[in-house]
Amino acid sequence: MSSALTKSTKVLIRPQRGVVGLNFRELWNFRELVAFLTWRDILVRYKQTLLGGGWAILQPLLQMLLLNLLFGEVAGLPTGGVPRPLFTFAALLPWNLFSNAVSDASRSLVANRNMITKVYFPRIIVPLANVLSGVLDFAVAFLILVGMMVYYQFAPAAVWLLPVYVLITLLTALGVGLWLAALNVHYRDVKYIIPFLTQFWMLASPIAYEASSIFERLPQQWQWLYALNPLVGVVEGFRQALLGIPVYSQDMLWVSLASASVMLVSGLMYFRSMERTFADVV
Amino acid sequence: MSYAIRVEGLGKQYRLGGSQQAYTTLGERLGAAVTWPVRLLKGQLRDRAETVWALRDVTFDVKQGQVLGVVGRNGAGKSTLLKILSRVTDPTTGFAEINGRVGSLLEVGTGFHPELSGRENIYLNGAVLGMQRREIAKKFDEIVEFAGVDKFIDTAVKHYSSGMYLRLAFSVAAHLEPEILVVDEVLAVGDAEFQRKCLGKMSDVAAAGRTVLFVSHNMSAILRLTEECIVMERGQLAFRAPTREAVDYYMSSSFQKSGERTWAADEVPADAAPFAPVALRVKDPNGDVVETAQSRQPLEIEFEYTLAQPIQGLRVGVYLQSMRGEVILTSFDTDDPAAFEKHGTREAGRYVSRAILPANFLNEGQYLLGVNASAFRVRRYFWDERALAFTVDAMGAPGMHWPEPRQGFVRPQLDWTIDRVGAA
Repeated sequence: MSSALTKSTKVLIRPQRGVVGLNFRELWNFRELVAFLTWRDILVRYKQTLLGGGWAILQPLLQMLLLNLLFGEVAGLPTGGVPRPLFTFAALLPWNLFSNAVSDASRSLVANRNMITKVYFPRIIVPLANVLSGVLDFAVAFLILVGMMVYYQFAPAAVWLLPVYVLITLLTALGVGLWLAALNVHYRDVKYIIPFLTQFWMLASPIAYEASSIFERLPQQWQWLYALNPLVGVVEGFRQALLGIPVYSQDMLWVSLASASVMLVSGLMYFRSMERTFADVV
Repeated sequence: MSYAIRVEGLGKQYRLGGSQQAYTTLGERLGAAVTWPVRLLKGQLRDRAETVWALRDVTFDVKQGQVLGVVGRNGAGKSTLLKILSRVTDPTTGFAEINGRVGSLLEVGTGFHPELSGRENIYLNGAVLGMQRREIAKKFDEIVEFAGVDKFIDTAVKHYSSGMYLRLAFSVAAHLEPEILVVDEVLAVGDAEFQRKCLGKMSDVAAAGRTVLFVSHNMSAILRLTEECIVMERGQLAFRAPTREAVDYYMSSSFQKSGERTWAADEVPADAAPFAPVALRVKDPNGDVVETAQSRQPLEIEFEYTLAQPIQGLRVGVYLQSMRGEVILTSFDTDDPAAFEKHGTREAGRYVSRAILPANFLNEGQYLLGVNASAFRVRRYFWDERALAFTVDAMGAPGMHWPEPRQGFVRPQLDWTIDRVGAA
């Protein structure tokens, strides 16, 4: 019998203390559960809605229209010579992937309380599945962008870089999601922090404006502060890969990447150290 | 290595009134102390919480292929033990060693999503319980057939009746094939027919030579399925013995000796009004409330209730059932036509309906009393199938000089005559 639970037939259950690494082998054994939960989250996402999957199209489009109206027509911010719809939409792609993943993942443990208190599996699977399930919405939105690029007759610049940036987005979202999910188990305050956090974070990311407009206002030695937001690097990367807008500085990309790594690793460590109390507290 | 499970010095400490019980609000604590950020991250903002040992220094082992029962009162630590063995929660002290694939059924239907169809939920639930997709696909038809929901397999389970939902959930779990099965009280749900089916499935598992750890309040299931039991008391292992002995020990020492079931106002469903149950009691001939009645003596069943308004045609009665839910008898206080005539309308007030079960009637064992207050073909005011459990002791009953379990629910003293009617 080759089941998720058979791989190591002898199990020692004892109190765990200190920092525990991620058990990749075990996670691999449970890969089907990851797939099933991702599939469930996708199936359930638009159940009993009038528009169903149409929301995956409508949401980013409406967001784009609103942002264009405010930041383009009203504020008149520059877009680096790219049609504004493309400029905004290319940034909304990773942003929505990120913000949906973070808010879903942070609620995930509490929402799946009944599973966590009754069955054993690596807990990280729950927020992980939530993060992964967002990829479908992302793919749908991506197709719209492709359509828009055809309409504006815009050739992509360096598409092969995109998967890297998508991966960075997902891993950052996972890191932040793990932090919030674990905190949410103890403090339901997280639920109220999230809308606020994502709003704030969106404004702090170059979604409706150019990253360079912030970088240029900062003294040279403080520019890295802005790049600490991994979304700055990711959004710049998206615009570079799709629309050919050059990134402000390669160094700042590295800062964003480093910051994303710190979020991911610290999120994993915190989650793992709190994991053993989830079933008792959630 | 012939042990499937070996547990040594296992203990689990819970914090009471602290963050483990309820989540805290950050706001109250903002200025507390320098250690605040650390405690925040550890989820220990209420550090002066009291602690309690849900499980303490438990040591035992289970041999490969053994079916071990775990009995004990609510809060005795059974569930905590199973949770640790299923790796849902970590122990505080000690360790447990497990040889083999564990399938744990602490609840059926874990991971079921109401919006998904029966088919989708089978796959999902199977995956949650640790089955591979191939394995589920292979058993899919069997699962559906066992649950008897084939017509609704593509309907969202939120449209299922609770019985169908339960059957499907149990069916998935029953087709899990672990080397070690850990089961908690899943049989406490469902109708009698379904419970029988579940018990059958459980004994198949046991007969197939797999190791089973079985927790239940249902003594007849425990007696049927297990050879040996451990009795838990206040988080500790109190007793380990062959099942019959262990059950006796449990019944005599640790069962809640209440013999009375009372209903608080908030336990009474709103639609019961104007009827409201107050208490159901089992009494011995001296009028004392007893948990264990003697088979040799008559037994009084007393049901106290109030009527906020007069009710016409009311009948108040009891169901006497086995622990497995088989109804042994049903009786109403107005079964006698004359009594029904006399109490055609019951005025508002406080009432007690009493019935006497004769001596030499019930066999030894545990029984369940259900109550029913209704007006025939008009309305069922109140109904509780499992209101009160009580035990019957067969001391001095007919046939007790043979120390063997006797079949049947009734144990009457029949008038036997033995005549020699001729030569051989």
